[in-house]
Amino acid sequence: MVNNTLNTEPINGLCKRIIPCLDVADGRTVKGVNFQNLRDVGDPVDLALHYQNEGADELVFLDITASIENRNTTLELVKRVAAELMIPFTVGGGIRTLEDAHRLMQAGADKVSVNSAAVNNPQLINDIATAYGNQCCVLAIDCRLPEGSSAEDNIWQVLTKGGREVANVDALTWAQQATQLGAGEILLTSWDKDGTRSGFDIPLTKAISTAVNVPVIASGGANGSQCFMDIFTDGYADAALAASIFHDGDVTIGTLKAALANNSINVRPSV
Amino acid sequence: MIEMIDYGGGNVGSMERCLQRLGLEFTRVGGDDDPKPSGEHALLFPGVGAFGAAMHQLKERKLTERLRGMIREGVPYLGVCIGLQVLFEWSEEAPQVPGLGVLPGVIKQFRGGRNHIKIPQIGWNQIHASKANPKAPTGHVYFVNSYHPVPEFDELVLYTADYHTNFCAAAQHDKVTAYQFHPEKSGEFGHQLISDWGQTHG
Repeated sequence: MVNNTLNTEPINGLCKRIIPCLDVADGRTVKGVNFQNLRDVGDPVDLALHYQNEGADELVFLDITASIENRNTTLELVKRVAAELMIPFTVGGGIRTLEDAHRLMQAGADKVSVNSAAVNNPQLINDIATAYGNQCCVLAIDCRLPEGSSAEDNIWQVLTKGGREVANVDALTWAQQATQLGAGEILLTSWDKDGTRSGFDIPLTKAISTAVNVPVIASGGANGSQCFMDIFTDGYADAALAASIFHDGDVTIGTLKAALANNSINVRPSV
Repeated sequence: MIEMIDYGGGNVGSMERCLQRLGLEFTRVGGDDDPKPSGEHALLFPGVGAFGAAMHQLKERKLTERLRGMIREGVPYLGVCIGLQVLFEWSEEAPQVPGLGVLPGVIKQFRGGRNHIKIPQIGWNQIHASKANPKAPTGHVYFVNSYHPVPEFDELVLYTADYHTNFCAAAQHDKVTAYQFHPEKSGEFGHQLISDWGQTHG
């Protein structure tokens, strides 16, 4: 006998999030952007405000500054972003110690994301979560299928150092360990998809998102509106991140959100 | 003038920058190098943090009785996130620690029952005006919370929202307004809420 009460989905008003990612180095935007209405496309603050006004739900700044000496320019940038932005933002890239995280949080970041350093020293996750709360500690996981295997095997390698090294742990295990240590969110990048513009990695995202009880942000492979729809439904993603499709003007956040809303995906309307 | 309480735990910087963007005058109170809140001005208690730690900090700083007294005397108060939770009697997060108890009710954790739910709730959710406050302006706001208030009386509910359950997203009573969400991170709409409060009470 079917019991309608039990089978009713509980109401969930929480919106799926759209998150543009800005690569910055030495305080400047790295990837080229294509907007004519920006004063200075190289200024991450101008670009950030542009995305905020388009309806971005959050922003991620990925610091790819090569030299440690120039990291102070990142702190100055974070301060300027924090002064102006009215939505939350995460800063990642090169965070090796609690002190690194502390400087970024003091400068006004809402969250920090850790990657390679956390693989080598998982305690870093616990340190950041203890100091600032789990919700401020995002774990970035870069992963890909091992050579010759397929998604049905449910095994993904974790990559560190910008994809140059393979860690000695699989992505599912690592995601579960990290959330137990205090990671409050997972930023999951598929290296099989990144840069291919062939859509997000649905099997990977679904596997991780259903295995942990923290939100998962899917990243890598975004092309058009359809792949966002797919990753929010079939991939169980809580948020989706993209860079070049937004920077290149292939799709605006406004049109993307309208398309998602038309397909019954709960998004915050663009203003 | 707004007196913004810095209890030493939460990140009050984002609220500070919000007030600056809005051009609202404020002064920090309650922190290590700050004066105590005077009660001559409106009180703003922002920030994230754990319930037990927040109450402990208030006690250490000898602010518990002072705040409770001021709020009961009718000093305008705006609480955000942990600044909402401490108003209630106690929290499931630290059941042995009493809250300020100026609002009847408790703080409970989100539960998914048999459903797989993500905790904390992170992101934008729509707030609905309660029956007690049907004219309150509504919009989407940014939440980061594992716990939510359960006021004893429906009249205390200002907004509700849905996260696997219909929960109280904001409470109001006399001169006390308190948001479980983060207006300072909720774009134009959230800034408008702070601005309106500041214009009325600041």
